[in-house]
Amino acid sequence: MSTVVSNPQSQPVAPQPTTPWKPTRKTQFTGAFSIAVVAIASFAIVLLTGLAGIDGFGLTFLVVFFGATFVRTKRLNPKARKDAMVGVAICAASVLAFFPWMSIFVSVVVKGAKGLQPNFLIENMQLTTPDDELNMGGAAHAIIGSLMMVLIAAAITLPLGILSGVYLTEIRGRLTFLVRFVVQSMSGVPSIVAGLFIYTTFVNYTNSFSGMAGSLALAVLMLPTVARTAEEVMKLVPDDLRSASYALGARQWRTSLMVILPTVRSGLTTAGILGIARVIGETAPLLLTSLSNNSYVFNPIGGPIGSLPTYVFGLLQIGTENSINRAWTGSLVLMLLVLVLFLIARYFGGKANR
Amino acid sequence: METLKQGAIKVVQDSQTSVATVSASQTTATAVRGLETKNVHAWFGKHHVLSDVSLQFPERTVTGLIGPSGCGKSTFIRLLNRMHEFIPSAAMAGQVLQDGQDIYAPDVDAAAIRLKIGMVFQKPNPFPAMNIRENVLSGIKLAHLKVADHDAIVESCLTRAGLWKEVKDRLTATGGSLSGGQQQRLCIARSLAVEPNVLLMDEPCSALDPGSTLRIEETIKELAEKIAVVIVTHNMQQAARVSDFCAFFLTDGGPGYLVEADATKKLFTNPRDTRTADYVQGKFG
Repeated sequence: MSTVVSNPQSQPVAPQPTTPWKPTRKTQFTGAFSIAVVAIASFAIVLLTGLAGIDGFGLTFLVVFFGATFVRTKRLNPKARKDAMVGVAICAASVLAFFPWMSIFVSVVVKGAKGLQPNFLIENMQLTTPDDELNMGGAAHAIIGSLMMVLIAAAITLPLGILSGVYLTEIRGRLTFLVRFVVQSMSGVPSIVAGLFIYTTFVNYTNSFSGMAGSLALAVLMLPTVARTAEEVMKLVPDDLRSASYALGARQWRTSLMVILPTVRSGLTTAGILGIARVIGETAPLLLTSLSNNSYVFNPIGGPIGSLPTYVFGLLQIGTENSINRAWTGSLVLMLLVLVLFLIARYFGGKANR
Repeated sequence: METLKQGAIKVVQDSQTSVATVSASQTTATAVRGLETKNVHAWFGKHHVLSDVSLQFPERTVTGLIGPSGCGKSTFIRLLNRMHEFIPSAAMAGQVLQDGQDIYAPDVDAAAIRLKIGMVFQKPNPFPAMNIRENVLSGIKLAHLKVADHDAIVESCLTRAGLWKEVKDRLTATGGSLSGGQQQRLCIARSLAVEPNVLLMDEPCSALDPGSTLRIEETIKELAEKIAVVIVTHNMQQAARVSDFCAFFLTDGGPGYLVEADATKKLFTNPRDTRTADYVQGKFG
């Protein structure tokens, strides 16, 4: 390698692809090894001293790791040392931020998996008491009710939210300030207030709790999320595209409809998903508007209707072992429902760009 | 103004009142076919960026706008199809006449003006949500034009923009999958599809390789057999190759102004102003 090859053809060495910018095996191994040593050391400390539990281990690990990094980088220059210390701090912070999310996710999955049996997805609670064994009864009525209300809310909110995004970014009319102000203050409305609002208007007027009332309450909560996200993604469309469209003789509404909206299609899908994720777990407004039900209701204006959040809420209040297990399974299904809706929306929303 | 009388062009009798009152049939008799500006100024807020430009861009000619950066060429060209007004603080004075009709008159529909006075931008800007074919046809769809044979338009526009051979097998690929130069030629094809009467080009070749540039210049010459083309360029050779007339802009720190406008050959070989001579010979700018 050190000598210059005078005739490259005499020595046909095929060049090997390398990635010199990535850490080598050796550095990777050293890093993993030092973490392992630190983990064992802190485990020993936890065993030998009064510290206990996962909190104690985490705290010890952090302190030992800082110390170990400090000692390990002694021979390096100050800059590399600072880099290593800050690296440890940032890793610790991200694990700390990740921990609550992980603990919610894992506990819902672990505790909910027990009751996740086929009957949970295809039966309702009409003939089952919450105390019965987990292989009886289910939440099909609640899934259907939740889906129905959320989809009706989305059907109301998406057009309104997208239109308000168009108004704020494309038309930029005189009421821009007012619209933005209203949307922002709506996003601060407590969910129970949204429920009360629909209760005093729609529920009192129709004289009955109903899925439609629930949808309206959810729509009130969903609108600001959708409108703000729609505005944000449409703001990202470069002005070049608007110029190009206008220079072709297009009018404003056709520019918005045929150039801007298709361009932000996947962003608008995200807006819808964020809105749905915002409201699908809402309990308080539903207690005032759709109430709950133990059997199937398919008519959105046909009286009280079941939903997953109220199903979970009701079972938790009963408080026996089986009913609490059912509630955990209900929470798990709620999370899966968001996941399924997300995947469906991604599939259809991203299609144009493929 | 008079300098542009080269060719067989007649200058309109300068009278704002007569232009405003005479009927369409009368104006077509005397007015320049194509574009004409009279004492045009432009401002951004209180900042006066362009001062007193009077020029003519008759049909079947190519006019090059040359001058150093920041002298108002782009502002001027955006004034010609009412793109200037999209900048919130923009203001203007003077007249821009298309076939003798003031395009800034109160009852004029700006979208219809822009349909007839097309524009190609410096930075390629194909529509990302459309494929190549849809991009070419976008102007027709956006402006609700009725066209019989879409395929023929796609082929002829892409051919004229010098892109057909490269993309004919992947017309359904997105515009973003093309290289920068190809995207620019796609944008040129897109603006050809609506058959404008005037085509404004703001440094259209600054992102193109020499081969594509040559193809675009041939297209410009073809276009100039029917319509008026106005092209901003920093490339003196390009101005000399494609344009019939040239206008030289300059700024002394204040608003940009027109130094001189003449037939390209005369401007490049025997200009009246020494600053023009210095600029075209590359002594400054």
